[in-house]
Amino acid sequence: MATGLTLCILSFLYKDNPLFKLAEHLYVGVSVGYTIVKAYDTVLVHLIFKPIVENGEWVLLVPVTIGSLMLTRYVPKASWLSRYAFAFIVGVGSGLAIPRTISSFILKQIEDTVRPLLMLAPGGDVTFTWDLHNPASSLNVIIILIGVTSVLFYFFFSVEHTGPGRVVARTGVMFLMISFGAAFGYTVMARMSLLIGRLTDLIEFSDASYGRPTVWLALVTIGTLIFLSRRTQGEPPDQH
Amino acid sequence: MLKKPPSVFLASFRSSTYRAYWRQSTHPLASDRSERFERSSVCTSLALHSLRPCRRIFLNFLLLIVVYGVSSTIVLAEDQLAQPAQVQVFDTPNDGGKSLTVVWAAGSQDREDVRYEIWFGEVGDSIEAGPLKVIAEFPSASHYVRESKHGWWTRVGALTDHRFIVRDGKGIELKDGVRYQVAVASVRGTERLMGPKIIATPQPNWFNWNAVNNLVLAVLFGGLVFYSISQAKKKEIFLRRIPGLDAVDEAIGRATELGKPILYLTGAHDMSDPSTIAAAVILGRVAKRTASYETELMVPHRDPITMAVCQEITKQAYLEAGKPDLFKEDSNFFITSDQFSYTAAVDGIMLRKKPAANFFMGAYFAESLLLTETGASTGAIQIAGTDSDHQLPFFVTTCDYTLIGEELYAASAYLSREPVQMGTLRGQDLGKAVLLTAIGVGTVLATIGGIFHAEWPQLLLELFKDVK
Repeated sequence: MATGLTLCILSFLYKDNPLFKLAEHLYVGVSVGYTIVKAYDTVLVHLIFKPIVENGEWVLLVPVTIGSLMLTRYVPKASWLSRYAFAFIVGVGSGLAIPRTISSFILKQIEDTVRPLLMLAPGGDVTFTWDLHNPASSLNVIIILIGVTSVLFYFFFSVEHTGPGRVVARTGVMFLMISFGAAFGYTVMARMSLLIGRLTDLIEFSDASYGRPTVWLALVTIGTLIFLSRRTQGEPPDQH
Repeated sequence: MLKKPPSVFLASFRSSTYRAYWRQSTHPLASDRSERFERSSVCTSLALHSLRPCRRIFLNFLLLIVVYGVSSTIVLAEDQLAQPAQVQVFDTPNDGGKSLTVVWAAGSQDREDVRYEIWFGEVGDSIEAGPLKVIAEFPSASHYVRESKHGWWTRVGALTDHRFIVRDGKGIELKDGVRYQVAVASVRGTERLMGPKIIATPQPNWFNWNAVNNLVLAVLFGGLVFYSISQAKKKEIFLRRIPGLDAVDEAIGRATELGKPILYLTGAHDMSDPSTIAAAVILGRVAKRTASYETELMVPHRDPITMAVCQEITKQAYLEAGKPDLFKEDSNFFITSDQFSYTAAVDGIMLRKKPAANFFMGAYFAESLLLTETGASTGAIQIAGTDSDHQLPFFVTTCDYTLIGEELYAASAYLSREPVQMGTLRGQDLGKAVLLTAIGVGTVLATIGGIFHAEWPQLLLELFKDVK
C-alpha cells in the first residue's frame, strides 16, 4: 500500500494524472476522516462530555455555549450570533499574541543585540576581539548590531528610502538575503533527507522477501500512464 | 599571633633568656619574689633556685598547650561545616502557584567539597510530624540569585545569596493553599548540618510583576498608535512604495482578462495568529476587487474557524463592492486540517482550475515550496506574504512578489489607505524608532559597563530584559 501510493504521488512528476488524483483524494479523505474521529474523541468526549457528566464541571458550559454560537451560521435569521463567538476568538487570540510577540520579538531581540562592543581584559586593558567563531566577540557584536538596525530600518514604511536611508535599507536587504540563502540551503538538505527516506523504503520493498512490490507496482504505474497517454491522444482537443 | 608556629612561642620562653631576664631584675615582680624567698623559712635558697626553672618550664608548657588548643580550635572553626544561614522560604512571587522559593546566604564554606541539600515535606499536625525527603542536591558554589533571570524590581535576596525553586512536578507534588516545610542542609562527605525547617504555602498570583516591562512597552506602543491615528485623521501620511502590493491589482486584472479564477490561501494557523488575521484583512481587499471585476475567487482553508471568519469578510467585501448577488458561500471552503493532504488538494486545484493569480498569505511550513512550485508551473502570477521567516526563502525564489515579514501587516493599510490603518502603520514605525534608540543607547551603556565594571548600566538594561 505504501509503495503503491508513493509511486502514485511520484507520478505527478510526469504530469497530473488519474493515479495522482486517486492518491490525492484518498489522502484527503483519510485525513478528514481521521480529523473528525479525533475531534469527536478529544473535544466532544474528553473535553466536554466526560468532565461535565462525570466530574460535574458545569462551568464548561460557558465555552460550549460560545462555541455553539458558531453553529447559528446555518440559521440565516440567527447567524449574527456567530459574530460574538468570532469576536471572542479573535479578541482572546490577539490578547494572547501581543504579550508573546513583545516578549519574543522585541525584548528578546534587544537583549541579544545589546552587547558591549569593548571589554576590559584581566590585565586592565580595553580589548577588541576579532574572533569570528566566537558569537560574543566584538566583531560579531558589531555585525549583529549593523544587521539588526539596518533590517529594522528597511521595515520603516512611513519614511522614504532615499539618500543615506537608501544605503541603510539596501544593507538591510543584503542581510535578509544572506539569511534567506543560508536557510534555503539548510532546508533543502532537510528535504533531501526526506526524499532519501522514501527512496530507501522503495528500495527495501523491491526485495524478494517482500515479493518485489516496488518493481511490480512501478511497472503497473508506468503501464497505466502509457495507456492513459495513448487514450488522451485519441480524444479530440479540449474546446475550452 | 595565633597562627604563629610553635617555635616562635618556644623561643620566647627559652631557659637562657629566662635566666638573664631574672638576673637583670627588671621584672616588676622581681623584688617581691626575692622578698618572698627571703621570708621563707622552710625551703633553702638552693632548693628554691633548683625548683624555679622547672616550674617555669612547666607553666610554659601549659601555656603552649592552651595556645595550641585555641589556635587549632579557630582553624577547625574555619574548616568546620556550618549550617545554612538566613534561610527564607516563601511562596514564589509573580507565578501561577504550586511553587516555593528558598533563599539562603552564601557562606565561606561554598567550596567544591561542600554540597547543599533541599529537604521538603508536608506539614503534619506538628512540624516534626511531617517526614522530609531530599528533593535536590547540588554543589555549594551554584544556584545563586544572580543566575536568575529576574529584573532588579522583583529580585528577592542579594545577588550573592543562594536560591532554589521547589516546583510541582518531577516527583514533587505541590498544591496551592497547602502548608509545606522546607529545610536546607550543608553536606560534606558523610557530615550533614540541617538548617531550620521553615513552613510556607504556595499561592497563585494575580499579577506577574516580572513582565511589567512588557506591559509598559505594550502601553507605550499602544499610545503611539493612538496618537498616530489621531494625526492620520488630520493630515495625510506618507507611505513608501511596496512593490508586492502594487502587483495585487495587476494580478486581479490579469485574472479578469483571462477569465480565470483567483486562488487565495490564508496559511496554516488559526485566527489567534497575527499573520492569519492580516491574511484575512487582505482577503477583504482582494475580495472587494474581485467583486468589482466580477472575477471568481477560491479560498481553500485548513482551519474551520478561519474559514467561517473569512466567509464573513468575503461577504462584507461583496456587499461593500455593491455586488452581493455575486457572493458565493462556497468560495471559502474547508479541505482538511492535515498539512500535506491539504497541500496535495490545493496542488490539484491549481492544476485543474489553473487560476491566473495565486495569493499565499499567512503562516506556512514545509508545504510552502510544494504549493508555490506547482503554482509557478501553471504560469500564474504568485504573490506571497508571510512572517514565517524559515519559509521566506522558498517564497522569494518561486513567487513573483513576496511580502517579507511586517510588509504583510502593512499591506492592509497600503491597500485601503484608510486613516485608522495608516495611523496604525505610522505608530508601528514610531515604535520601531523607539526600539532602534533603545538598541543604540543600550549598546553604549553596555560598553561603558564592560569597560568600567559599573553596575548602574545593567540596572537600565534590565528594563529591556525578557522575563517570563
